[in-house]
Amino acid sequence: MGNRVSDGRTKVDRRSERELVVTRIFDAPPRLVFEAWTKADLFKLWWAPKSSPVPILSCEMDVRTGGGYRLVFGHDEANSMAFFGKYLEVVPPSRLVWTNDESGDAAVTTVTFEDEDGKTLLTLQELYPSKEALDEAFVGMEDTTPEQFGQLDDLLASLGAKV
Amino acid sequence: MVQYATARLDASFAALSDATRRGVLEQLGRADASITELADTFHMTLTGMKKHVGVLERAGLVTTEKVGRVRTCRLGRLGLDEEAAWIEGRRRIWNERFDALDVVVEALKRKEQRDGQ
Repeated sequence: MGNRVSDGRTKVDRRSERELVVTRIFDAPPRLVFEAWTKADLFKLWWAPKSSPVPILSCEMDVRTGGGYRLVFGHDEANSMAFFGKYLEVVPPSRLVWTNDESGDAAVTTVTFEDEDGKTLLTLQELYPSKEALDEAFVGMEDTTPEQFGQLDDLLASLGAKV
Repeated sequence: MVQYATARLDASFAALSDATRRGVLEQLGRADASITELADTFHMTLTGMKKHVGVLERAGLVTTEKVGRVRTCRLGRLGLDEEAAWIEGRRRIWNERFDALDVVVEALKRKEQRDGQ
C-alpha cells in the first residue's frame, strides 16, 4: 500500500498509513549534503520553503547522538513557534535520526545519505505513531497566516557570492 | 507532469474495473447503505456483495461500520482526488525546500573545488 507523487526530482511516497518517505538526488557527495543538514547557519538557509509565510528566527543544533535541536519560526519572540527534539542517531555522513517533540503524537524523522557515483541519494522518512497523526501533520508552515517571505533567494544568492 | 504509480492507486483502479463495484460506489454516493440493501439492489447474494465491498474497502474507496447486526457502507473519507491532493501538497513543500538545499549544496561544492585548487 502506498501513494506516490513525483515530478522526477522530489518523490513523495506514502509507504504505509503512518509512514511518509521523501527522496531526492543531489549533485554533490554525501559529506557536503550532510554538512548542509548539520550546520545551523547552513540549515536555516534552506529549511523554510520560499512559500513559508514565517522566517526562521533562530536555529540551534547540537548534532550528536543524544544532543538536542531547537528551531524557532516567527517574526519576533512574542509571535513565534518552536520545533524541537533530540538526535537519536548521528552517523556522519550517512545517517541522521531525530525526534519531533513539539507535538504530543510526534513523528520520528530518519534521513539517510547514500553515495551514488559522487551524487547523494537522500531518503527522508517520517514515521508517525498513528494514521491520524500523519493525516493531520503539516510539513513546514503552510497552515499559518500568510505573510511576506521573500528573503531566502537573497540569502542564497549572498551565500553563493560569499563562498 | 505529476506521475501517480502506487499500490494504493493500483488497488483503486482494480476496484473500479468491475461494473458492479462502480455501481455500488454510485449508489453510496447517493446514500449510505447496508450490505443487505446493496445485495438486493444489485440482485446478488450477500456473500457476493460482501466480496465486492471488501475489494472497495481495501482500496480505501469505501468504509464500513457494523452496528448491531447491520454493516453499513459509505464512501471512503479520502477519495482519489483528496488523497492525491494531500500527497501533492507535501511533495510541493519538500520540493521547494530541496530546491533551496540544492543551491546551498552547490555553493559548498564550488567552495570545495576552489579551495582544492
